Amino acid sequence: MSTDIRVAAAESEAVQPDRSGTDAATRSVPAGPRGRARTKRRVGTVLAWVALSLLGIVFVYPFVWLVSASFKPRSDVFDNRLIPETFTWDNYFQVWQEAPLALWILNTAIVTVLAAVTVTISSAMVAWGFAYFRFRGRGVLFGLVLATMMLPGAVTMIPTFLIWNALGQVGTLTPLWAGNLFGSAFYIFLLRQFFLGLPRDLFEAARIDGASQWGVFWRIALPLTGPALAVVLVFEVQAVWTDLMRALIYLRDSSTFTVPRGLKSLVDAYGFGGEWHWEIIVTASVITTIPLIIVFFLAQKRIIDGVASTGLKG
Amino acid sequence: MTTATRPGGVSSQPDDSKPPVGGARVAPPTGAAPRNRARARRRNLFSALLFLSPWMIGFLVFTAWPMIYSAYLSLTDYDVINNPEFVGIENYVAMASDEKLLLALGNTAFFALLQVPMYVVVSLGLALLLDRAGRASGFFRTVFFLPKMTPPVAVGVLFLLLFNGSNGIVNAALGMVGIDGPSWTTDPNWVKPGLVLMSLWTVGASVIILLAALRNVPKELYESAQLDGAGFWRQATSVTLPMISPALFFIIVVNTIAALQTFDEAYTAFFGAGNSTYSNDAALFYVIYLFQQAFEFLNMGYASAMAWLLFLVIMIITAIQLVVSRRLVYYEGDR
Repeated sequence: MSTDIRVAAAESEAVQPDRSGTDAATRSVPAGPRGRARTKRRVGTVLAWVALSLLGIVFVYPFVWLVSASFKPRSDVFDNRLIPETFTWDNYFQVWQEAPLALWILNTAIVTVLAAVTVTISSAMVAWGFAYFRFRGRGVLFGLVLATMMLPGAVTMIPTFLIWNALGQVGTLTPLWAGNLFGSAFYIFLLRQFFLGLPRDLFEAARIDGASQWGVFWRIALPLTGPALAVVLVFEVQAVWTDLMRALIYLRDSSTFTVPRGLKSLVDAYGFGGEWHWEIIVTASVITTIPLIIVFFLAQKRIIDGVASTGLKG
Repeated sequence: MTTATRPGGVSSQPDDSKPPVGGARVAPPTGAAPRNRARARRRNLFSALLFLSPWMIGFLVFTAWPMIYSAYLSLTDYDVINNPEFVGIENYVAMASDEKLLLALGNTAFFALLQVPMYVVVSLGLALLLDRAGRASGFFRTVFFLPKMTPPVAVGVLFLLLFNGSNGIVNAALGMVGIDGPSWTTDPNWVKPGLVLMSLWTVGASVIILLAALRNVPKELYESAQLDGAGFWRQATSVTLPMISPALFFIIVVNTIAALQTFDEAYTAFFGAGNSTYSNDAALFYVIYLFQQAFEFLNMGYASAMAWLLFLVIMIITAIQLVVSRRLVYYEGDR
């Protein structure tokens, strides 16, 4: 969006000398340096494109390499050809037989949906509590929310494990998402910021019209927060889909594995465990990565705008 | 954007927004009005607490209690099966002479000192290029962000594949310019630099944050700098850098904290069941060692002590960064 504005600005600037003076004398004088500046800018843009294209190839290459390798027979995995010499689907059939991939994907999907939905709703509730209500101690409490972001996960990791252990939930998928019922500091911060930008009069009016506190939040504030909620949802989908450490701590049986944990077990079994069967590992990596790439393309604008705004608020 | 309008600047607070019931407004303020107001305030507080309750419960159960219990565990010997046995500061004393721990600390420091500056420089470079790319910037932004969506486990796998010493593409590319690439995945001297290079693949988010900051610099500043005769370099150091310094600072702080806790990629590539192939000491980062102590050797007490040391280190480093930033970071709006 801002690109277009910038281009438009550059163009209007370039046009200006023509408009300012009709007689040839005044026109020819500023045209020289202006024109040179313009060509300079053009050259700069072209150079930037060349550099970006080369770097872009470097960034895309690993994906292409990975996908291409997944279609190669075992002996060719490392031949670094982008188009497989002998094309084969075998790895995909084999990986499906060697590992309960469908189950892993299902497990991950369940955890991801539960985690993302619960954290979005609970964080929005808490953010609303901080944005709308005034009460003594609010600042201190919100400071506490922000402070928890500083705490490394390692500090709470062990007691949290002991809690789930005491509840008999180790080995199940519950510990991977249930913590999200209680909101997450970063999302609370993000959503509160968004709520503060909404016109307060709207909510006052709804209250006077007899809406309950919950009604104001659920029926008026939340629908207005769509874009921000989408950002939180997508961020969390990404975080949960790729989460390895929690899966390592809590999941024991292959049938309960999430995709990252499953992929790690394949690396252990087909890599460290014996001869490297890279074709299996490569194919499983492709299958692990693709769902998120799809999510990215579906929600691209939201994700990028969301990421951009996290830094501006920092 | 940065300045969200604070609510209630114009409108009144919710607790006294409701018109007083009945004739309270006319009647002398002896009885009904203060009581009504007090009741309204109590009801307001009650509603607020209801909205905050998920976080408050979560904070007590999953943050406050774990912190207290972790501090206690760090003073004990605990293997999950038997009851914790109080040993005083023994764990902390043992840490000072644990060679593996010192190795892990050294590895982590090395990684962070190499990774954070490179990460910041590369993301700034890419952001500057994107800022000059005009119409194409949207497309390339997507290209650079895409790797960020790759699960870290897959990034770890990619590291083993692309940086393979004998037939990986990285060394093939280096070979083309006449450099004989090292054995990135097996040579202890090159494992960490290799992991740093691989981590640069996922700079996408930082690039986007910096690009947004660059786009936010008011054009007039450059125009007036030009009028004052400032050249390219002067504009970069006197306009661009100060204006994007908050975003740069944010990226440095966040990435330092992340680098000190690096786990996924290195663990995938060098640790785990059955790994006897590699000498993986070079990739033993602090959180990996902590994880091993806690969940592989079941030394929960020792691992808790390690977690507190990590917390302390992160706090000290972040505090130093904050103090330094006071001098170097320019925040619009405060003088």
